[in-house]
Amino acid sequence: MTEPDILDQAAAWRSGGKGVALATVVVTWGSSPRPVGSQLAVDEDGAFVGSVSGGCIEGAVVREALDCIADGAPRLLDFGISNEQAWDVGLACGGKVQVFVERVE
Amino acid sequence: MKSDTLALLRAERAAKHPVALATHLKSGLERLVWPDRSQGALELDDAALAAARSALRDDRSRTIDTAAGPVFVNVFNPPRRLVVVGAVHIAQPLVPMAAISGFQVVVIDPRHGFATDARFPEVTLDTDWPDEAMERLRPDVRTAVVTLTHDPKLDDPALAVALRSPAFYIGALGSRRTHAARVERLKALGFGDNEIGRIDAPIGLDIGAVSPAEIAISILAGITRTLHAEPAA
Repeated sequence: MTEPDILDQAAAWRSGGKGVALATVVVTWGSSPRPVGSQLAVDEDGAFVGSVSGGCIEGAVVREALDCIADGAPRLLDFGISNEQAWDVGLACGGKVQVFVERVE
Repeated sequence: MKSDTLALLRAERAAKHPVALATHLKSGLERLVWPDRSQGALELDDAALAAARSALRDDRSRTIDTAAGPVFVNVFNPPRRLVVVGAVHIAQPLVPMAAISGFQVVVIDPRHGFATDARFPEVTLDTDWPDEAMERLRPDVRTAVVTLTHDPKLDDPALAVALRSPAFYIGALGSRRTHAARVERLKALGFGDNEIGRIDAPIGLDIGAVSPAEIAISILAGITRTLHAEPAA
């Protein structure tokens, strides 16, 4: 594993004075590329480490994370084939995931 | 997540303490849950705490339903380890089986003829004396220890360190008669019945195992059962 640890990176960004959000896979249905508990940390500039889907919804999650850093409100995001936005971001793999996004206070 | 929570979570993870982070998905309030205590702003009733600890035991993060709405329990367990004392025939199938099952495996055997890379590829071999190696490895609550050498000079010092550790599983290969003699030796070392009772002997689940691979299955099954067992009330 060469990628930095997600929580360590989140703490490092935070102690460097940056706004940080954490996204966590909290529920999955059907085929899902990343297990429950997978995390992604995002800083206020949009840099991120970790993964919640193996790539297909990261863009949308990062956008929500940036909004979350701005307004501080936690969010519960649903992605799945029944979700228009999910089609847009490419989660056509038949799985559904629910992702919790929160700001590191 | 509060910065305080993040700092404590990282410290606990670094210390290899099992801990779960429970987060209320509406409010973001959170509570850290250890096997024996918990702390945080999120109120959890006994049922929710039990469910969080069950997730911790099962090593599976999950969302639980509570009276106050869904709470996500993210499990941060240290890696499972298996310490095998004795680079013997049974250890050869046991090592890859345990690795596939998610254990970091270390094999201890000071006899260089046994502990060779050719016999044990792709596993950490430790050729120190078992008690010295065990003191260094510091078995924790996510560690299983099995002694397989049949030689009291090697098995007993390892068992003595294991019995003074919080290892979740301690197993010793040998017949009932062998174990009875071992119990007497451990008593002579000052261990009491409760401590000695932690040793699974004869080792593993009774599945009629005969071959080394079958005995390895029996050992791994015994470890797995203990890993997921409800704690004694």
